[in-house]
This record gives sequence, structure tokens and C-alpha cells, in this order.
Amino acid sequence: MSATATTPGVGRVGDSVPRLDGPPKVKGEFAYASDLQAAGMLWGHTLRSPHPHARIVEIDVSAALTMSGVHAVLTHDDVPGQKTYGLEFADQPVLAHDRVRYFGEAVALVAAEHPEQARRAAEAIRVVYEELPVVSDMERATEMEPLHPERPTMGHGYRDDPRPNVVRHMVIRHGDPDAQGDVSVTGVYEVGIQDQAFLGPESGLAVPDGEGGVDIYVATQWLHVDRDQVAPCLGLDPEQVRIHLAGVGGAFGGREDLSMQIHGALLALHTSRPVKIVYNREESFVGHIHRHPARMWCEHRATRDGRLVNVRMRILLDGGAYASSSTAVASNAASFAVGPYRVDNALIEATAVYTNNPPCGAMRGFGAVQTCFAAEAQMDLLAAELGIDPVDLRLLNALAPGDVLPTGQVVEGSCPVAETIRAAAAIPVPPAEELPRDPIRLPGGAGNTTRGEGVRRGVGFAVGFKNICYSEGFDDSCAARVVLRADGSAEVHCAAAEVGQGVTGVILQVARTELGTDAVTLMPHTTSTVGSAGSASASRMTWMAAGAVRDACRAALEQRERSGGGEVDVERVHRHPRTTPLDPESGQVTGERAHVAFACAAMRVVAEVDVELGLTRVVWVGTAQDVGRAINPIALEGQIEGGTAQGIGLALMEEIQTRDGRITNASFTDYLIPTALDMPPVESVLVEVPEPAAPYGAKGVGEPPTVVSTAAVAAALRAATGKPLRRVPVRPDEIVGLALS
Amino acid sequence: MDVVTPRTLDEALCLKAELPQARFLQGGTDVLVELNFDRSRPPALVNLNEVAELRGWSRENGALLLGAGLTYAEAMRGALADEMPALAEASRTVGSPQIRNRGTIGGNLGTASPAGDALPPLLAEGAVVLVASVRGERRIPLDAFLVGVKRNVLEPDEIIVSVRVEPSRAPQTFMKVGPRNAMVISVCSLALHADLARGELRAAFGSAAPTVRLVSAPLDARESFPDLVAGAASPIDDVRGTAAYRRHALRVLAGRALERCLA
Repeated sequence: MSATATTPGVGRVGDSVPRLDGPPKVKGEFAYASDLQAAGMLWGHTLRSPHPHARIVEIDVSAALTMSGVHAVLTHDDVPGQKTYGLEFADQPVLAHDRVRYFGEAVALVAAEHPEQARRAAEAIRVVYEELPVVSDMERATEMEPLHPERPTMGHGYRDDPRPNVVRHMVIRHGDPDAQGDVSVTGVYEVGIQDQAFLGPESGLAVPDGEGGVDIYVATQWLHVDRDQVAPCLGLDPEQVRIHLAGVGGAFGGREDLSMQIHGALLALHTSRPVKIVYNREESFVGHIHRHPARMWCEHRATRDGRLVNVRMRILLDGGAYASSSTAVASNAASFAVGPYRVDNALIEATAVYTNNPPCGAMRGFGAVQTCFAAEAQMDLLAAELGIDPVDLRLLNALAPGDVLPTGQVVEGSCPVAETIRAAAAIPVPPAEELPRDPIRLPGGAGNTTRGEGVRRGVGFAVGFKNICYSEGFDDSCAARVVLRADGSAEVHCAAAEVGQGVTGVILQVARTELGTDAVTLMPHTTSTVGSAGSASASRMTWMAAGAVRDACRAALEQRERSGGGEVDVERVHRHPRTTPLDPESGQVTGERAHVAFACAAMRVVAEVDVELGLTRVVWVGTAQDVGRAINPIALEGQIEGGTAQGIGLALMEEIQTRDGRITNASFTDYLIPTALDMPPVESVLVEVPEPAAPYGAKGVGEPPTVVSTAAVAAALRAATGKPLRRVPVRPDEIVGLALS
Repeated sequence: MDVVTPRTLDEALCLKAELPQARFLQGGTDVLVELNFDRSRPPALVNLNEVAELRGWSRENGALLLGAGLTYAEAMRGALADEMPALAEASRTVGSPQIRNRGTIGGNLGTASPAGDALPPLLAEGAVVLVASVRGERRIPLDAFLVGVKRNVLEPDEIIVSVRVEPSRAPQTFMKVGPRNAMVISVCSLALHADLARGELRAAFGSAAPTVRLVSAPLDARESFPDLVAGAASPIDDVRGTAAYRRHALRVLAGRALERCLA
């Protein structure tokens, strides 16, 4: 079992505290979910659909059942409870029933003594498919047969849309959507499918408790919401399903949706043995959701002196076969489409559609990445059209407290957009490195393709903007429990998932600060000892966990004060200021706020491009980020670098490629992520304007670097090449003029 | 699946004669990936890493014998890098340091991928592959050894022993195009040898035809040579790049390589 307590250390709120999990991860000693083991363990394997869209005519498991070492072969018929699950709509079958809707959809499960036996037994399951027409073009999805004829119509952000295959359609109408400016710039932009590409593949262990219940050890982002989706499908009460966090090898949104949780538990309960499931890399790429690919049609109108008058944008997002969090992604894309700028008039339309392409859901930046890429390109076009410096144009339009967002929400609290832009713009840009150079310091790198021939340097600037915490009326909360022992030491329980972002450190810093002692132990993350922490996503975990732990610590001290000593044990639930939904017809906020807080980041990127070969190298990044208050500055620096790397990846190389709905590059051979040679030095400045609504004034920090960096890299490439480059990842073909850019 | 580890070349040849369906493993950077992806399930693996005769390189009457077990890391260093600079440059473009420490020239020939990074410089130097079996030895020119995508003329009982090269010592270079700055399978690659002694330009390219291909022309054909190279390619569209881009990139690489070698 991997659930372990985090040992005491030192460091209070505001100190730079090294990560406790750093050394074991570097030394290969960290126990990831894929290292889980239990006595008498069986291995589970998932049979997946080879077709993106097909009717299941027949499933014959008889041959698989008789194979040596095989203990269970399960299909849709063996799911004892609810047959479907989902984060927002329960539209995803635990195991496919009459139809498969994407390449790699789970069809059957096997448990066997050895992983190889499980694999071979899965191969022996005979499934007869009748292939159906594949909905692979998101622009045509609303004219095709519905993939979900009886799709759920209750849930987050639902608005009746008569067209088939619409997951969510929303419109934000603000001011006069026909308002004219002196100048107008238009563009159509496209973002490919990015994958979270975490290094730790999906993995978990389900252990039956002998009384009909089950313990699931798994790498996830939200233990309690996993439990609440798993239990109904197993036909169990939530208390009978206990989820424990196993070592997470990266998440980035890709572990919000369930992977093996229900499957493992079904097999474990069926065999009365612990069952472990580990995806291989190919299965991981196929089996989890991705970042939504997007197509965006934009028009920006402005006055001659550069003030935005009207922003019109139509956003189309391909959600793939199941809803996952497409509804919230669509809404976020629309909410943040304009960027952190003041505009009195806007018409933003966002549609997420069902297709037979790989399913898409949460990924770091959550809809804001796609629109930031488009909107920032538009701001640069506008600057060029007006002959205004791109940074000045952004400063001129920068959002500030008191301004009104396109949703009608008035910005309150901390929103230092202009300060952040100025801070990033003030970081000195290093001069170009002299030639000759070692080829690895040129575009093309180790490929030895240039000694300087064809290389042009470009500098780009962008600003990114996103909400912090959950929005639109979601009841967003986090629980923490604090036990004060008679000897003065303390135990903290909080189910906040440590996904590599460092929240365990934050929790300990907060508890030490509030209790005034270093003798604090963080207990294992689990559903069995403490209430829900909410999700480690939406850049919310630091804010919410800090709030919950702070509240619980203070309540514990008060209680000890009252009782005059002895042991106390208190649990507190923290909530941020309430938000309200957007009006489904107008996209206008129905209460005070749809979003509780905002964070922005500004970034300057220097890139070198070999314009004859279309190869690129990001040379330098200077960035400023609006963080509210830094709880752990060194961890923050790490988040900025990691987020930047992920944005560079989307700008230059990361794309899940498909042919008729089938993924064609499900491996790290062909799904390329930046290596150390692709990662520039990152100079970061923290802009600290405390957020009054947040514990200690701290905003989340995980997403803004990813939101801004793709746009900033693209801007640098445009500056270097003079090409419009309206699609990311930028392909060499576009740079060298062999394809439309 | 059995894994057998012979200690001598004779032992390896006997094993292969007995187990013609077995796969050789020389480094294993290709074979292991294939096994992990379930693309091949050989009944046995013959691990050649302990066969001393296959390691390193030696000189023989003015020629070089590169052992099948010669690693890319070894090809990048010392006297061999001076004798075959394009092979050293090609070896530097392979994978990561860990892969270069394990991956071998013999493995590149055994896999016979058109993207094999060591193949263009060897082809441009007129390399001959020495293969052996219990039946005897064969010497096969590299262009005859490679016959298709991941296909060579090796018989089931044969083993790649070494590659024989008479180094031209011509000005030469190797370049490889990939979508990131390290650790990529080549989108296309080019080795160019400006053989002043023989009055000949020789270019060999990878990842732009079913096998690596050689193009040669007289020295005075320098102007038209990039077009000649691009024209000799028959590239495809795949997940790594488009045919049009590959052809374009080869033209650019050839032009730059000529500048480099004839400056």
C-alpha cells in the first residue's frame, strides 16, 4: 500500500521550502501508483474498441473465460449499478453497450494471475462490430446523426439546443454587438489536440474489503468525486467505496475523469481478490481525455488610438465522444475569449460538439489556452494595423478593478493586469548569442542542420488571463481536519490531491504558521478520514486547501483554549465567495459574480527560427505573473517553468494526430514533448497584489503560465518569420511556405 | 520467451542455426520497443551484447572494420570520429545519451529502417556489410543489403558481424531534420561527401524513400546537385512530416552541406 503520511519539516507561509518529494523522485525511489502491490493480486486488462464508431453486434467471452490464469471476464452486463458515469453528464458507459463511440473505448475487462495472461485473454474475446459512419469533422457534427440520441439534458450549463451533437452552446452578448470601430482585424485560428502527456500512466489497485465494499488506491485529482461516480456504478453506498491517493506522476487535468477506478473495483469485487490495472503508454494516450482542439473565428474592432470597441468571436470545440467537462471548457473559453482587456461591446459564441474523435476534457488552462492564442494574435494584428507598440496597446486596454467583463461581472479584488504587463516588459532581453555556436544552441539542435544559415530572431509578447477556482455557481468547497495532541504536535487531514504541484508543502506551511509549531504531520490523502477537498484543478487547490487548513487550525486552537488542554479534533469546510451561473441566453452574470477571482500572466519570448527548414528554438522567456501572494516562491518558480514548457510544447510540437477518428501517434516516439534542449531559461517576476477573498491573499498559479506561453511563442515565431501562423502547433511546412499558415 | 546469451561468435552462429526464428538483440533499443508495443513476439532472443568479436572497431589494410556492436557513443569519439566525421555527426543525432550508449551500428543495419541515422554516412562511404552463418561468410555492399522498409537480405541463420569501410577522408557532413531539437526520429536526413580525390559529390539521404538512397554527381555539377538530391527522393506523408516538406528540406540540406564541405 502506498498511502503514507508526510513527515514534519520546516517553513512557514511565504518561505521558499524545498519539495519533500523532490529527492525520492529524482532518485527513482518515489512510489507511484504503478508501483502498487498487494498479496494475492490479480492483473486487470481492458479490451478496447478498434473502431471509432460501431454497433456492437455480439460479445462472446467463452474462449477467454477458459484460458489459464483467468479469473474474470466482464462486460456491460456485469455492471451491477448505474451503467454510465461522467463529471457533468453521466453519458459515458462503464463498458460499451450497444455502441462504441471512440477509438479505444472500453468494451470488456479481464482479471488474470499475470498481466500477459490478462492481455491474451482480452485478445480472445470475440466482439462482432458493425462499423458506423464516423463523425470526425467538428464543423459537420451538428448536421450528422446524433451520437447520443438520448443524451442527458440536466446538468451544468445546459441550454436547449435543437441541433444534434451539441454538448453546450453558449453566447455572451455584451453592450452593442454591432458596434463599429475605426479599424477592424479578422482572423481564423486553430489549435490541435494537446495531450497532458503525464509520465505516470494510469494505474491503480482495487482491494475488496470482504464486506461488499472496496478500497481503491489510485492517482487522481479529486478523491471524493471519484467515489461519488464509482459507488453508484458498483451499486454501493458511497461509504462502501474508499478512495486513497496513490503516487501521482503528473495530472494536468487528465486525471479528473475516471480511468481504471470502476473497472478495477468491478474485477476486485467479482474475484474477491485485489486487482491492479496499469495502462501501457499507448493505452494511456488513447484512454484519457485530451485538450479540446479548437477553431476560432475572430474580429476585433478598435478606435484609431487603439481602444477596443467590440470583440466578436465564434469558438468551436471538439469534445469527442463523451461530455467529460466540455460544458465548462466551452464556457471558460467564452468567458476569457477577450483576454484581460476592457471592451464595452462583445459577441462571443462558444460551441462544444460531440464527435467520434478522441474524447476531450480538462487540461491545464481549460479553454483559456485556445482563446488566448487567438485573441493575442488579434491584438498583435491590431497593433500592426494601428502602428502602436504591441505592449502599449495591451497597457492601453488593460483590465483593472471596477471594469466590467463581457459577462457583465464587475472586476473586484486583485487584478493587476497593467502592473503585470509592465513587470514582464521591464525584464531585460538578452542580446543574441554570437556565431559560431555549438549546433545544439541553434534551431534544429542536435540535428546539426544549420551553422546560422536561415536563422532569424523574433521577439513576441502575450498576456494570458484565467479564472481561479470553480465558477458559475458551483458549490466549491474544501474540508480539512486538524487533530491537536496533548504533547503539542498536530495531525492534519486533507484530501487535497498532491499531483506534483506541491500542495502538501502548502498545507504544512499553513498549519505550521497557524499552530506556531513545526511538529505537524500531514496524514494520508483519503476519503475515509476527512471530507472532500474538491479537485486539484482550476488553479484552486492552494487557495482552498490553505483556507480549509487555516480555518481548521484556528478552530482547533480555540477549542483547546475553551477546553483548557487535552486532545482536540476538528474539521472545517472552506468555501470561497459564492458565484452564480451565467444566463443561458445572454451569457450575462445572474448574480454578483460568475468567477470568484482572476489571475494573469505576461510573457516575452525570444525565439530563433530557421526559416528555410521551419525549425525553431525558444531562446529565452521573461515572464511576470500575478500571484496574489506567494506562499512558496521557489515552488511557484517551478510551476511557472513547467507551465511554460507545456505551452511551448503546444506551440511547437505537441499534437495528437488522428485519421478518421483513430489516433496515429499514441507514443512518446511521435507525440513529442519538449526536452531539456527545447526548454529555454525562464526569468520570472512575481507580482504580489493580495487577493482579498483568498486565504493569505494567495491566488492559484498553475494555469496562467500555460495559458500565456503558447500565444507568446507563436508571437515570437511570427516576428521571426513574417508569416501569420494561425495554427498551433506551428508546422515547419507553414514556416517554409508549403502550407497555408 | 527464452533469452540466450552466447559468449563467442561461433556460439552465436550455432544458436542462430538452431533457432532461425530467434531475434538478435545487439543493444536492444529497437527490439525492446517492438516487444513493448507487441509488434513482434519472437520465440527467443539471442543477446549479442557479450560477444567480444562484435565489439568496437579495428583497422585492416587501410580499411576500417566497424563491429556490429559498435555503439553510437563510441562512433562519436576519438580516432574513428576523425576517420569518419559524418558517421560521428550522425551518431550524435541519435536519441539521448542513454540510447547512444546502447544503440549499435549493427542494430541500425538489422532494423534496416529508412530512418536509420548511421546508414546515410555508411552508404556514402561505400560500406560493405560482412555477414556470417554456420555456412560461411558473405560480403554484401550496403546498397544491396537494404532492400525495403525494415527489410534486408539477411538469411534466417545469418548474423551481421561488421561493416567494412575504406574511408574517403573527403570533406563530409551529416544533417538530420526533426521537429524538436533532440531525440527525434528523422523526418529526413542527409550525408554529403565532397570527394575531391575522385571528383565526385556523393549524397545519401534517409527517411525520404523506402531505403536510404545514394545520389552522386561530378564535382562541377554543384549548382544542380540540390535539385538532383530532391528529385531522387520518393518521400511519403506520415505522422512525422509531409512528402513535400521532406523534398524541400533535402534540397535545403544539400545546398547547406555543399557550402559546408566546399567552403
